[in-house]
Parts: sequence; structure tokens; C-alpha cells
Amino acid sequence: MRHIISILIENEAGALSRVSGLFSARAFNIESLTVAPTEDASLSRMTIVSTGSDDVIEQITKQLNKLIDVVKVVDLSEAAHIERELMLVKVRAAGKDREEMKRIADIFRGRIIDVTDSAYVIELTGNGSKLDAFLEAIDRSLILETVRTGVSGIGRGDRILKV
Amino acid sequence: MQLTGAEIVIRCLQEEKVEYVFGYPGGSVLYIYDELFKQDKFKHVLVRHEQAAVHAADAYSRSSNKIGVCLVTSGPGVTNAVTGIATAHMDSVPMVIISGQVPTAYIGQDAFQECDTVGITRPCVKHNFLVKDVRDLAMTLKKAFYIAKTGRPGPVLVDIPKDITNQKCEFEYPKTVTMRSYNPVVKGHSGQIKKAVQMLLEAKRPMIYAGGGVILSDAGEKLTKLARSLGYPVTNTLMGLGGYPATDKQSLGMLGMHGTYEANMAMQHCDVLIAVGARFDDRVIGNPANFAEVSRKIIHIDIDPSSISKRVKVDVPIVGNLPDVLDELQKLLEASAGVPDPKALAAWWKQIDEWRSKKSLKYKQGKEIIMPQYVIEKLYEVTGGDAFITSDVGQHQMWAAQYYKFDKPRRWINSGGLGTMGVGLPYAMGVRFANPKATVACVTGEGSIQMNIQELSTAKQFRLPIKIINLNNRYLGMVRQWQQMFHGNRYAESYVDALPDFVKLAEAYGHVGMKIERPADVEPALREAFTKHKNDLVFMDFLTDQTANVYPMVAAGKGLSEMILAEEL
Repeated sequence: MRHIISILIENEAGALSRVSGLFSARAFNIESLTVAPTEDASLSRMTIVSTGSDDVIEQITKQLNKLIDVVKVVDLSEAAHIERELMLVKVRAAGKDREEMKRIADIFRGRIIDVTDSAYVIELTGNGSKLDAFLEAIDRSLILETVRTGVSGIGRGDRILKV
Repeated sequence: MQLTGAEIVIRCLQEEKVEYVFGYPGGSVLYIYDELFKQDKFKHVLVRHEQAAVHAADAYSRSSNKIGVCLVTSGPGVTNAVTGIATAHMDSVPMVIISGQVPTAYIGQDAFQECDTVGITRPCVKHNFLVKDVRDLAMTLKKAFYIAKTGRPGPVLVDIPKDITNQKCEFEYPKTVTMRSYNPVVKGHSGQIKKAVQMLLEAKRPMIYAGGGVILSDAGEKLTKLARSLGYPVTNTLMGLGGYPATDKQSLGMLGMHGTYEANMAMQHCDVLIAVGARFDDRVIGNPANFAEVSRKIIHIDIDPSSISKRVKVDVPIVGNLPDVLDELQKLLEASAGVPDPKALAAWWKQIDEWRSKKSLKYKQGKEIIMPQYVIEKLYEVTGGDAFITSDVGQHQMWAAQYYKFDKPRRWINSGGLGTMGVGLPYAMGVRFANPKATVACVTGEGSIQMNIQELSTAKQFRLPIKIINLNNRYLGMVRQWQQMFHGNRYAESYVDALPDFVKLAEAYGHVGMKIERPADVEPALREAFTKHKNDLVFMDFLTDQTANVYPMVAAGKGLSEMILAEEL
């Protein structure tokens, strides 16, 4: 099963390697990992997407909690939550493709954020499957470059991850 | 008052009431050694190899529950220490390792004797720090000691760049530490403890399985009290030996790969199992699938939540500090109206006694060749069962664990988790520093002892009267045993040719050497070593049977009840 694990961790040098090292040392799976400081600069928030049986996910959360720098761990997928990922796609946009690309971007509520006479950079936000669907919808041969941030997640309603 | 980083290190160690620092100097730690030289509140033990410094500090901690401290230089000093750190980490030993680092500005420049210490040691420490500002130094050291000894203990490393040790700042040793990210649980969940009591009282075939956590948390007495008030059988893991007195009638001895027949059978056939500070590891329960085939209720008490349901699903997990949880269990048990079912318990003990009557540890001692088991039995007799025994890793380790009956905690010092050959001699040194009047014997083999043999020199310098019991069978015995049993008698690289003359070697280092070749000489030689040479280090080279194997044995991947017994061969 796919799980989204959110972590609050002390924003110290090497914090990321403690987490990623744990995953590789114990042969846990990482699908994506994102990290950035929170509104409190002394804390970082990580979102890890992992897959595994319930037993494995239980071990992952326990092992993460065991790291000295980790303040809190929550499995977001245990309850209602929202997940989003940002993707930037550079596509060839010349001739007839120019109009078509804009049209598809609009359908996916993407924004064109850079324009040259032959290319666009399209910004797209959504869950992973929406981003996949966009890439499926456009002509593959027109894709010049893609970059995705990995998933960020947050609980719905009153679920709050804070110190 | 303004102090340099080096002065701060020394002051912090003094504040922590450190008695000994085990270490080896080098470029990056010269300022620290300079300050160490100017003080006399704690002593420094100069080893001959950094690995031994860590092992010695580790055993100092294991045998006393004080925190072992070591000090090594950057680069090779640290990499040499890594085996020792990993060894302590696997067995959850509280330690603080201080390592020198190249100056801050040189970090990442591939400087002389530079290595990524924090990166290299990260997977084998409880936590580590790189100090980047002299103003953080005192708090970092305070945290290191705090983290090492609280929760599930473990080694903590503090890496200090050389320039930091020469910079000045205001010094005040913090009195307390609070860390929002680290608050280990102490008290067990009362509801869970109630459930455990109920389950224990309803058991028909109960079993107490006690591990190294009992030793580490000094819970031996409380465990013994609980076991006696219930009248239930107790087995100890390799790391838990001494946590419950081995000579007590309720003790079934050690369990696991080389556990007794009765312990392993009872473990497999019980209906309620209470695991106390143990972690169901592969050398203890064998194949988890086979272990799970039999249905039993499991209560698991451990300070580390991640130890619970890691390899075996449990019914009643209790996370907490063992002594506190055992206290509460005892209290609830005494307040409870219920008592264990006497009929069921009598039948269970009858079954256990039947298993016991197999005498799975029996062996034959003839007149010609010394059996290794016999040496341990005689060592037990000669030392009155009251010595501190360290061991290396291999057959001799298992024989020491099986035949030396430990009645007290912290008397059996060995590398259970990592299984590090070469720990025996430095362990014996550490034990002796922590227990200056104690009788200390190191049970080893001709393979393991050579992995840190240079420490004979340290032992001479500090006049440590260790007795080295070298069970010399000219083979890497455990490797040979597996090759015999599972690899068609092909003894690939397990025969050790060109061994030194250990008697002369011991003498070269200034010690007493003895060579014992006949069974009749074993006891007299031991008596001579422990009485006449009480104050000397004696290297006792016992030439033992080359074909002796450790039994019973549960082959890797097999279930606990699938034991190979000596008589079956």
C-alpha cells in the first residue's frame, strides 16, 4: 500500500541524510521525498511517499521516530488528506503545436510561465495521476524536459502537524 | 570565564564525573590532549589501536553502567574506531566517543587525515554531532551524555574540528537538557500492564524470555522477584545472561541457536510468553515463520517501540523502562486475587524436567585431549562462579555462555549483536578499569585473540591482571563447525597455520605464559594462574580438541525445536 508520511525534523545539517540513510539501511522503499523549512525556520517538514505492508509502514514510522532529530511523524494516508505535486514541463511549441499545447495546458489548469518562439514552460499542480495524465495527453515527442517536486501533503480539516 | 574548546572538553568530562578516557592521540586532538595533560581529575588509558579504545570504553560501561568515553583523532583514528562503535551500537551500550576533525575551513578539501566522520558513523551510532561553533560545544557534550544513557542506550559521537578546540568562549556547563525532538518514554501504559497481568495469570504453559535490556536497565533483581513470585520458568538470551541467576531451579539456561534443549523447547511450546528487554533476533528464535506456526500469546516489554512487532507480532506491547514496568507488574500481581493455575504449572514443569533430563550440554572428557567445555567448567569452579568473563566471538564464546553459570548481571561481557572478533582482550581491560579489584578472565580462541593482541602492551602498562583463557584448537572453530555441517567438510581457510608460540609472546610483552596440553593439568594450571599469579596477566594457552562442536545447535533458518544434539551425531 502507498503511504504518505509527514515528518517534522530539526532543521540541522545532515538531517536529510539521517532520514534517507535510514531508508536505505533498512531497505525501505522511497517513491518520493520532499523537504523544506517550515514557517519556523528551526524546523523542516518532509513528505515521504513509500509503499509497503502495514508491518513495514509501522516499522518506518517507528524507526523515523527513533531518530533523535525527528520531532513528529504522521502517516497522512491514515485519514483524509490532500496531496499535491508541482511539475514544470518544457515543451516544443512551434507552428500548429503552439495553439494545441496552450489548449491542453488550459484543460489541465496549467500555466505557461515561460515563452520563446519555439518552446513553452508549463507549470502544473495536482496529484501524481493528474500530472501523469497531462504527460499522456500531449504528444510525447514534444516534451523537451520535465521536472517534478514529489508529493507534498497536508491533513484535511482539524488534522494539524505542528510542534 | 573564557575557556578554549579543548579546556571546555576537559571540563565537561570532569562535570560528567568521567574516571577514564580510553584513547589515542593524533594531530586533530592535540589541543585536547594538551589540556588533558594539565589535569588530574580523570585518567587517560593509552591503547595500542583505536578499535581497542572503543571496546575498552564499551566494556567499562557494560560492566558498571557508567558511561564509557573514548577520544580518537580524525581520519584513520575514527575509521579504526568504527568497528568498536558498531559493536557498542548493536548491543545498545551507552558511550560517548569524541573524535578530532580537521579545521573547519579544511572540511571537504580532502585534507590530511580527513574523513566524513559524521557520515561514516551515522548508521552505527545512536546519534552524532559535528560541532561548528565553540559556543555549542558544552551543550553538545551535555546532550551526548544525556542521549547515550537515556531511552534505549547507545553510543553518541561528537566530532570536533581542531580550530574549535583552540577558540575561546564563555564556559558554563548546562545543568539540564531539554530536547523537543527527544523524549523517551519511561512509564509503561497501565492498561497494557493490567492486560499482561491477566494474561500471565491465565497461562497454562508460561515462559519468561529475558534479554540484554534486563542487564542494561539494571532490572535483574526485579525480574527475579517477579519470576519467583509466579514460579514460572526463565530463559536468558546471550546478552541477558546473569539477568536471572543461572543456578536457580527456575532457570532453563540460555536459549537460541546454541541454547539448551529445555529452553528452546519451552520457548516453542509455551502458551504465554513474556519477553523482557529482548528483541526476538534471528540467533534467538530461529526462523520467525516457524516460531509463529505455534500459537501463543506474547507480552513484550521494551523501551524501544521499534523493537516491538519488528520480527514477531505481539499481543500486548508495553513500551517503557523495564524496572518501572516490572515494578508496576509486580504491584498489580500482588493486588490481584488470581494466582497461577497450580495444576497446569505442575504439569508444565514436569514437561520441562523431561526436556531437561536430556542433558543437552553433556560432553565426554577423556584422558588425552582437553575438551573446551571442560576448561570453562573448571574456570567456573576455580573462580567460584564470581569472575567477570569477557569473550571473543566463536565457539569459545558459546561454550563460555553455556558452561559458566552467571548468577549476577554485568558479569558476562561479549559482542552479541555485531559478533566482533577481537573484543575479548580490550573488553577485559575495560572491565578491570571499572572494577579495579575484580577477577577478570577473557575466554578467547587463537583466531580472535590475534585480532587485538597488541593490547597485551596496554595491559602491561596498566598492570592489568587479566587471565586469558585461550581455547586453542588451531581452527577458526565456528567456521569449521559450519563447514563440517553445511559445506561438506570443506574447511576453506579455517585452519590457522603458523600460530605464534603464545607463551613466548606473552613473555615478550612482560606477562606470564602457560601452555596446557593435558586434561589433568587444566585445573592445577587454572589454580596456579588465579592464586600464585593473582596479580599478573597470565596467557593460558589450552590446546583443545580440534573436532569439538557446539551443541545443541539450531541451524540458520530452522525453527527452535529443530535442534541438532550432540548425541545424534
